[in-house]
Amino acid sequence: MAPPRNRRPGFSKRAQYSIFASYLLGILGAVVGLLLLLISIFDPQGFAVLRTIGAEATAPVSKTLSEVGGATGNAGDNISAYFNAASKNAAMERELRSNRIEILEARALKQENERLKRLLDLDKEVPDAIGMARLISSTSSSSRRMATLGLGTTDGILIGQPVRAPEGLVGRVLEAGPTTARILLVSDSQNVMPVKRASDELPAFATGRADGTVDIRPINLGINPFKGGDLLITSGSGGLYAPGIPVAVVIRKTDTGAIARILANAAKVSHVIVQPMFQAETVAAIEQEEIGGDGIETEGSE
Amino acid sequence: MAKPYRSRINRQPSQFRIKFIPSITVIMGSMITALPLVTDYPILPPMGLLVLLSWRLIRPGYWPVWAGFPLGMVDDMFSGQPFGSAAFLWSLVFLALETLDRRGVGRDYWQDWLIASLSIIFVLICGMLVIDFQSNLLRLEILVPQILLSILLYPFVTRLIGAIDNWRVAV
Repeated sequence: MAPPRNRRPGFSKRAQYSIFASYLLGILGAVVGLLLLLISIFDPQGFAVLRTIGAEATAPVSKTLSEVGGATGNAGDNISAYFNAASKNAAMERELRSNRIEILEARALKQENERLKRLLDLDKEVPDAIGMARLISSTSSSSRRMATLGLGTTDGILIGQPVRAPEGLVGRVLEAGPTTARILLVSDSQNVMPVKRASDELPAFATGRADGTVDIRPINLGINPFKGGDLLITSGSGGLYAPGIPVAVVIRKTDTGAIARILANAAKVSHVIVQPMFQAETVAAIEQEEIGGDGIETEGSE
Repeated sequence: MAKPYRSRINRQPSQFRIKFIPSITVIMGSMITALPLVTDYPILPPMGLLVLLSWRLIRPGYWPVWAGFPLGMVDDMFSGQPFGSAAFLWSLVFLALETLDRRGVGRDYWQDWLIASLSIIFVLICGMLVIDFQSNLLRLEILVPQILLSILLYPFVTRLIGAIDNWRVAV
């Protein structure tokens, strides 16, 4: 760096005042920034419009680039696949043979399942998809885990709708603009999902940890029955997510619960499906109650 | 095609470039999140901040003290952080840098890098803590790859900004 020019104001009152004013403005900027931050912490949806404008403005670039870059997304995986190719090939052939048998068994099970479902009139179990699209970008420089989806309100996307991939749950719609929507990913630390263990329906809560894993806390405290490999699926309580969507697999036990790896890694899934809310009436009723409760509180305080 | 005649002496650099190029590059840096990179943990360096720090350290005195606020607001539109976090943190960084400049001691390249690194670490850690102080305090190690990447990327960004700065003031 060149030596700084001498910025001592000397005896000029005008120069002194202008330095003072610039500091004042700088401090004012910090204070206003802090106020905005506090507002957005207490009312996270308050500035949604501004963020939507940002997402909409950059959406054309993101959409075009994601079409081009889709193939190069897992370059690292592609390169590492060349190492140990021979032994991997042998292992995969063994796996393929065993899988073939399992597929045949699964087909038989599926047929039987369909027959039983017809008997029970349960055909409408899985809700229809509202739309399918790519995740076009994500907040990859922030600790919030949100992604932008290339669909918006014009495609019928509404706030709160669950988003899933074939592998499992990806997240839910947080903000929706005309052609883009912000998805709160499962791994976001503000995202709490009601889940249950697939094997015995043990209910628990999954909270994101911002690094591709979730914290699992059982609802019944005191016992910690989780073990590695447990599959967690959505339980359907709360009415937001349809029951039975795979969420995560337990990798490690902790003091209070477990840590589980998310199945639908947002970085790897190519397309996601937006589903309607499982029980929109339930969600609406809960929200109504909350609004009603707030109203009573404010009335009481007045 | 013949070039239009230009005077060889007494040329003026483009006022548009002089005035707006720094802000435009910072905003473009903030828009880096529009790239189709979907990651499961924070890894992408905060390019808006890196570009801003480069300008701030290459050209002390160009930015007013309050410049962190509007540029931070634009960054908040794209970063996904709670609105106001960059506006607040960048303002604090600018106040600190201004105070440092007032001491009037010449700095060399390594000290610039150190100052930029400390600013990046400060902004990234505070940015994570404002989201959820209690639970994020225990797992700041998630940020280590992002911080390292940002610090290592800073010299390259400075090079690029230096080249842009040369072009900016060229006639």
